[in-house]
Amino acid sequence: MNLFFQQIINGLTLGSIYGLVALGLTLVYGILHVPNFAHGALYMVGAFMSYFFMVDLGVHYWIAMAGSAAVVAILAVLCERLVFHPLRNSPPIHDKIAAIGILLFLEAVVQMFWGSDFRRMSSPFTGILNFDGLIIPEQRLLIIVGAFVLVFALQLFLRKTMTGATIIAMAQSREGAFLVGIDANRVAMMTFAISGALAAIAATLYAPINLVYPAMGHLVIMKAFVIIIIGGMGSIPGAIVGGMIIGFAEALGGFYISTDYKDIIAFGLLVVILSIRPQGLFAKGAH
Amino acid sequence: MLFKIGRYLMTPGAKMALLAFALVFPFLASNEYQVYVMASAFVWAIAVYGLNIITGYCGQLNLAHGGFFAIGAYTLALLTADAGWSFWPAFVAALLVSAALGFLVGIVSLRLKEHYFAIFTLCVGFIIYLLIDKWEELTHGAIGVRNIAAPSGFGLVDFTETVPFYYLVLAFLVFCIWFMGRLSRSLLGRTFIAIRNGDELAQSLGINLMRNKILAFVLSTTYAGLAGALYAGMVRIIGPEEANIVHTFDMITYLLVGGIGTLMGPLLGTVGIVWITQSLQFLEEYRMIIFGPMLVILVIFFPRGISGQFLTWMHHKVQSMVPGKKRKEKKVQNASTEEAKNNA
Amino acid sequence: MLKVEHLTKMFGGLAAVNDVSVEFETGKINAIIGPNGAGKSTFFNLISGLHQPTSGRITLDGVDVTHMPSDKVARLGVGRTFQTTNLFEQATVLDNLIVGHRLRTESGLWDVLINSKRLQREEKAARDKAMEALDFVGLNHIAGQFIADTTQEERKRVAFALALATDPKIILLDEPAAGVNPEETEGFAELMRKMVDNGLTLCLIEHKMDMIMSLADKIMVLDHGEKIAEGTPEEIRNNPAVIEAYLGGDEDAAA
Repeated sequence: MNLFFQQIINGLTLGSIYGLVALGLTLVYGILHVPNFAHGALYMVGAFMSYFFMVDLGVHYWIAMAGSAAVVAILAVLCERLVFHPLRNSPPIHDKIAAIGILLFLEAVVQMFWGSDFRRMSSPFTGILNFDGLIIPEQRLLIIVGAFVLVFALQLFLRKTMTGATIIAMAQSREGAFLVGIDANRVAMMTFAISGALAAIAATLYAPINLVYPAMGHLVIMKAFVIIIIGGMGSIPGAIVGGMIIGFAEALGGFYISTDYKDIIAFGLLVVILSIRPQGLFAKGAH
Repeated sequence: MLFKIGRYLMTPGAKMALLAFALVFPFLASNEYQVYVMASAFVWAIAVYGLNIITGYCGQLNLAHGGFFAIGAYTLALLTADAGWSFWPAFVAALLVSAALGFLVGIVSLRLKEHYFAIFTLCVGFIIYLLIDKWEELTHGAIGVRNIAAPSGFGLVDFTETVPFYYLVLAFLVFCIWFMGRLSRSLLGRTFIAIRNGDELAQSLGINLMRNKILAFVLSTTYAGLAGALYAGMVRIIGPEEANIVHTFDMITYLLVGGIGTLMGPLLGTVGIVWITQSLQFLEEYRMIIFGPMLVILVIFFPRGISGQFLTWMHHKVQSMVPGKKRKEKKVQNASTEEAKNNA
Repeated sequence: MLKVEHLTKMFGGLAAVNDVSVEFETGKINAIIGPNGAGKSTFFNLISGLHQPTSGRITLDGVDVTHMPSDKVARLGVGRTFQTTNLFEQATVLDNLIVGHRLRTESGLWDVLINSKRLQREEKAARDKAMEALDFVGLNHIAGQFIADTTQEERKRVAFALALATDPKIILLDEPAAGVNPEETEGFAELMRKMVDNGLTLCLIEHKMDMIMSLADKIMVLDHGEKIAEGTPEEIRNNPAVIEAYLGGDEDAAA
């Protein structure tokens, strides 16, 4: 029974991380219609920035996380301004290739400074909580709680602030947004900044129970894409729900079926879904 | 002056000269290693030609291309090393397997529009890598496959030697380029290009999307499998690393630099970059630091690559020469009508 | 020639086209007008097979094409232009048009491999057809120019030529005169009359009222997916429902 509970916790943990990463991805896709293949690289840079702040500069965990989020947010905005903005009217293949270029560059730079070894990062939360026999490692609880807090904060931001409202407006109708005088550039930059920050925070939360290495973004980004196709491009609840589905499928599948092939679960799900419904689970109406 | 050179480059004569150079290259090279490098460049160029069909002409970004290269390589490797087949039957099998798997993946993935197709093929490429790495009973997993057969020679020709192998690859490359040339100029090639321009427009022209996209895809995976099989026969030892996505990214770079959707682009890009990275050895480790931004800059400023830019430049040069003549004619005409008016 | 009966298309809970019935006669110029979002382009998409109707029937010269896929509908003789036409910018005008004849050809991969007689014959036929279509729209002089170097008006003509190269019976034109000046608009109107004189049937969506009024034999008015009026330009001009629908809209109401 305890083992099963462990898997539930694992599922929630994985789901939270995947959900946060997918959230950033779905925001960018929903509003700018750009599938940002470089998002996984932003995630990876987030982890390395936190590592750098904590291990090389000796800063506290939370500050490292904040610093990392800031750095990656700025990096994301640079990507938007220098790469995606000039390509907004080009054939769709071009912004995909450009995103791949960014991804390759970021990985190579990180590798140049830190090598391709696996590194460990510690956090202040190494303890284990015991609720009457049910064991939850602190870091995992932090991840789950952190994810929900972030999603809640994001929803508040989008619905209750003016800037948030402009983002929603652009997601619903580009032309309408223009007519009302919304500055598309500002919205684009902000969306990228938020997505970058979310990726960095997710990476920093996950790194202590995982490893940090230049290729760590690959798997995560692919699963994040699977998630937003399942949950609906541009849908925030979809990203979270999709994340949880994949997280649980992996935790339970990995434990009860096979650890070697657990990564394939997400993709297997994608193949099945897209074979039946090529437009994804939640297709938008007339566009 | 530049224009004259350009015009010469576009004649079949120039292509013959290029072929002649390739034929005598092993005698011009300073050592056997250089021949080896050129031969591997040719192998990768064949694969990039395949990518050019589905991504360049048909406009679908296939991120699983490297995976099919690996499938070709592994099919050949396993059949010769494990099942004891000789090279050429295994080679044909590798082509068939690549085509068949391409067909299966194509049926599912080509119904997906743009972004979904790229994402899906990214995942397919990864699944291929994962399976090769983990399915130890079949693929030997991380250990890889050794003792792969080299192409069976005939008479005095021994393909375990570098120079004969070089000519073998060159022969395949010439065939592949020849076929691409025929394809691109034909109605079929134009059909692919119409699909690239827009699904809806192509449909309104009576083009069956699925049938044509699958055809383009299968052709491209066959090219990839062919290249992979040759690669396996060349290096004789392969591992899961052959399926690493970095190879797909490399090929995209070669294609983009050379000229996406052009005939000579894949060759120019591949050979050019392979040689540049060879001569700048330190670049090898950090080549992505250069490739990455290069891709971005290319896609923003020079999306048509070397070959494409050249063709466009030539066209404009030709165009700017003709109206000049017309302008002169018009001036003469106007002058004579003016005269006629004045005289009237 | 083209009969539409009770055509309906639902997207989720919204009816983009709602119970529209109309008949388009051979050799006539039919126009579809209506405020933005009235479902005009969706209507075209349903006819040309890009969308599947939720209910209703479409018949082309007696053949039921309701659920036929786009490429089959094109082969039956329905040509089409779009609001934005994507052409191969780095190829010549003529090069772009050659594929227009593709749907009447049979050659496949094997033909390409062996350079069959059939392929050679069909490619010549396609090239001839392209020249013919180019000539019809009056653009022979730019046959060798890259699309990237042509004007908006020329591009629109190339789009017409492309539709003509498919040997259609009827052409659906989606806002053919958008983005061109009045002189060029008149040029397009002449071209359309020329098409009809040559035996084609036309169906166009347009917002330029002067052009519609002087050109169309029959006009259908859509609003919010429903047909609110149908008739000759005279009848439409004075129809109160039509005037009502346009009040508050953003195009010039019929004077």
